[in-house]
Amino acid sequence: MAQEQPTATLELRGKRYTVPANIPIREAIRRAGLSPEAVLPVRDGELIPDDERLRPGETIRLIAVISGGDA
Amino acid sequence: MRKCRKCGAPAVIYMRQHRLALCKEHFLEWFVEQTARTIKRYRMFTPKDRVLVAVSGGKDSLTLWDVLWRLGYQADGLYIGLGIDGGIQYSDQSRALSEQFAQERGLRLLVVDIPETYGVSIPELARRSRRGKGKPCAVCGLVKRHEMNRIAHDLGYNVLATGHNLDDEAAVLFGNVLQWQMGYLVRQGPVLPEAPGLARKVKPLVRFYERETAAYALLRGIPYIYDECPYAEGATSMVHKELLNRLEEERPGAKLQFYVNFLKAKEEGWFRQPEPPALHRCEVCGQPTTAPGLCAFCRTLRRAGIDPAQVYVTLPKPEATEPAASVADRAEGAAASSTPVQLAEEDTEP
Repeated sequence: MAQEQPTATLELRGKRYTVPANIPIREAIRRAGLSPEAVLPVRDGELIPDDERLRPGETIRLIAVISGGDA
Repeated sequence: MRKCRKCGAPAVIYMRQHRLALCKEHFLEWFVEQTARTIKRYRMFTPKDRVLVAVSGGKDSLTLWDVLWRLGYQADGLYIGLGIDGGIQYSDQSRALSEQFAQERGLRLLVVDIPETYGVSIPELARRSRRGKGKPCAVCGLVKRHEMNRIAHDLGYNVLATGHNLDDEAAVLFGNVLQWQMGYLVRQGPVLPEAPGLARKVKPLVRFYERETAAYALLRGIPYIYDECPYAEGATSMVHKELLNRLEEERPGAKLQFYVNFLKAKEEGWFRQPEPPALHRCEVCGQPTTAPGLCAFCRTLRRAGIDPAQVYVTLPKPEATEPAASVADRAEGAAASSTPVQLAEEDTEP
């Protein structure tokens, strides 16, 4: 029987995305269909570089950074 | 784990376009130094100038005001209440956050409330004047520019500073290039020089990516409005930002190169500056305008069934909160910058 792949969670504006663990956060953001350029990752209340690896079972909160209108 | 290039401590951010990883302390230090350098590089202003910072309650404008305060400039804030609710009391929240910021630092914040001043909110003005194809963004920009000029002129500020970042400017540049809007391309830049009746306009955060201004606000523990303006979704500038970010993902530094090389080309004379158009005074409000008669703002009011001449008779003065901070307070604020600030939940999503 194949072993289950460990996962982690990304959370953005209340929406949760399950992604594979042990890959860079940046890559996980992309796999979730989001733009790594448009968010900042926060682990346990601390900002972290997005090339850190995701730990199995953890939740990384993403802060959206894009703002604007047609002014 | 990525380490800070300056001290070897764990980094909080990695900026791929600069290949630079920094810890919290050194990122905040770097951010202030880079802003000071941009101000000097483009001759934006000096400590002798009276600077008015356009404050929206968002991450960029509050970050800018915080940095100018820490650098010791004479910078008061101007909050323009737009009367946007969107089910989240957007304008009320933004105003409260701007006032809280000013109070905590003992800074002077001027407040102009558009519905109170002109009897109409921005969405209502856009609807009644039938401008903007169902979106109030164009009218919002027009009103903000008019009010910033009016307050700066009436109260003697010679410099208007806005929190535009590199993503904002690259998105505008992208839109201007797509349509080859030469008139706008010639004018676009970090500084728009003063003209009779118009203050100098400057954008000191123009070399930072949006991620960096957000990181600064978070690391400094500045509560800002996290919710998007209810009208921003689908706005052209947002589409352009998303496209540029896709390019940035593939080619780190693409946005920076796009904008900075444009500025360089302008400096080298590749964009010929035509003779500036003759300016007239608006017959009602007196602000400079390119065509004789009424300015675009007064014309918009009239199209919405509001008589601008009537409004101008009774125009209230802006409210002001708290006097400017003393020099000692400013120095204290600068010193506090190196104090570690825990990124609490409420700090990141006010």
